[in-house]
Amino acid sequence: MTQLPGLLDTEAIRKDFPILDRRIHDGKKLVYLDNAATSQTPRQVLDVLNEYYEQHNANVHRGVHVLAEEATALYEGARDKVAAFINAPSRDEVIFTKNASESLNLVANMLGWADEPYRVDHETEIVITEMEHHSNIVPWQLLSQRTGAKLKWFGLTDDGRLDLSNIEEIITEKTKIVSFVLVSNILGTLNPVEAIVRRAQEVGALVLIDASQAAPHMPLDVQALQADFVAFTGHKMCGPTGIGVLWGRQELLEDLPPFLGGGEMIETVSMNSSTYAPAPHKFEAGTPPVSQAVGLGAAVDYLTAIGMDKIAAHEHAITEYAVKRLLEVPDLRIIGPTTAEDRGAAISFTLGDIHPHDVGQVLDEEGIAVRVGHHCARPVCLRYGIPATTRASFYLYSTPGEIDALVDGLEHVRNFFG
Amino acid sequence: MYQEVILDHYKHPHGRGLRDGDAEVHHVNPTCGDEITLRVKYDGSTIADVSYEGQGCSISQASASVLNDLLVGKELAEAQKIQEVFLELMQSKGRLEPDDAMEEVLEDAVAFAGVSKYPARVKCALLSWMAWKDATAQALGETDGAPERKTA
Repeated sequence: MTQLPGLLDTEAIRKDFPILDRRIHDGKKLVYLDNAATSQTPRQVLDVLNEYYEQHNANVHRGVHVLAEEATALYEGARDKVAAFINAPSRDEVIFTKNASESLNLVANMLGWADEPYRVDHETEIVITEMEHHSNIVPWQLLSQRTGAKLKWFGLTDDGRLDLSNIEEIITEKTKIVSFVLVSNILGTLNPVEAIVRRAQEVGALVLIDASQAAPHMPLDVQALQADFVAFTGHKMCGPTGIGVLWGRQELLEDLPPFLGGGEMIETVSMNSSTYAPAPHKFEAGTPPVSQAVGLGAAVDYLTAIGMDKIAAHEHAITEYAVKRLLEVPDLRIIGPTTAEDRGAAISFTLGDIHPHDVGQVLDEEGIAVRVGHHCARPVCLRYGIPATTRASFYLYSTPGEIDALVDGLEHVRNFFG
Repeated sequence: MYQEVILDHYKHPHGRGLRDGDAEVHHVNPTCGDEITLRVKYDGSTIADVSYEGQGCSISQASASVLNDLLVGKELAEAQKIQEVFLELMQSKGRLEPDDAMEEVLEDAVAFAGVSKYPARVKCALLSWMAWKDATAQALGETDGAPERKTA
């Protein structure tokens, strides 16, 4: 078995994930390489979810009975855990949403309805990048269409990095918000935060970072990032689906208007008007995803116990090995950085003229789960002149043996369609 | 799913390339990014030619090749029957075992029976058939004027 420096004890870790023992298609061992889409859930999180429903389930914040108090304590406890996980200065800066898309849409809508100085209108500009997930493109297109604000973006270099050469023309005095991805879900690129944040701060623009592909894989420190907002989702970091996070700086959350109205987000309501609860509740209208938040708290505990720096080192080693092995496959072209430097653990590639759906289907028959398509980042496919890619993405339980299985599988695909 | 017949049509497509036609349509399958540009040429009610260019997965490309084989030279009514039987097969979710009668109508296209088990791929197999139906409607004057449509 291949030994690489920095690897975690995957034999022990994999015991926490019952699904990884599954056999599919007549007894083939599951090789799960679709972690950028969703991660698997460890027993520790499943147990907490079960216990929540078996022992504590109630609606939060309003009841005076035991279950309501327990559920509230667990829900708010999850907020504390997430705040510590991202080094937030205050727990009140952590807003629970249903996913990263909702977090990003929430910021777009806050800014669309905001007063000066945050208001996005026809005299202002919004900046994104060409490597964004559709969830960080479409909300800004909508905001641009509704307000008349101009939407601008950074292009990409041939090797899958952001082209920041014209940063001063892209981010200008008119820019109100710069929203970009920390780690690309399709290219794997880790973007240079500091250069972008510095320029945004020069012109007084707010910065929103989509950390969906970063939070699960590396230490995330919102204070070190110096952004104004950070969005991510729970199900890619060993948590359940249906729970996302928006972190925002406290003074902004105080100043910016709510988006969804309803229960829980109010202070008082009369038929004529209402006043709002302080953040984070101002942005959490209605019954929140309680068990999902509790599950995310358990996921944070699980990841923290292993250590985010150790997980990052493991994935770096796996990615370095995967890049090396994949480049040995004839006709394989990596779309994105071809080294493991400043790169996350998602690798997209094309294989000669074989369509990614055919690659994915034949790999599936071998028990190997990858993602195929445009990965909700169609502009990236257009940029590189390809209809789609095959993407393999790794996590803390991924092993060198699984990379070898993928490479063998790709050889099989080549022979099959050759 | 990948029958030898399908792979053969994929590697050696029949009738590929755009030729003279009475109507042209462009259909895309947004889930895969499969694309096809397809032209039909009628000689009265006889299909004189179905020509096409496209890119996409083996299923979508092989299906266009099979369509060309099956439909060129047929009368419209017969071609419509074939299209309906193919659609029925593709919508069968793998529960329909093609019998001799079906095989007689569909010939090589029965190889796609296995594809019907994979919901994500059914659209790939149907792409060219929906394009043909649309192009035929336009060529024979039953058009609603939309030059481009999505199959999905």
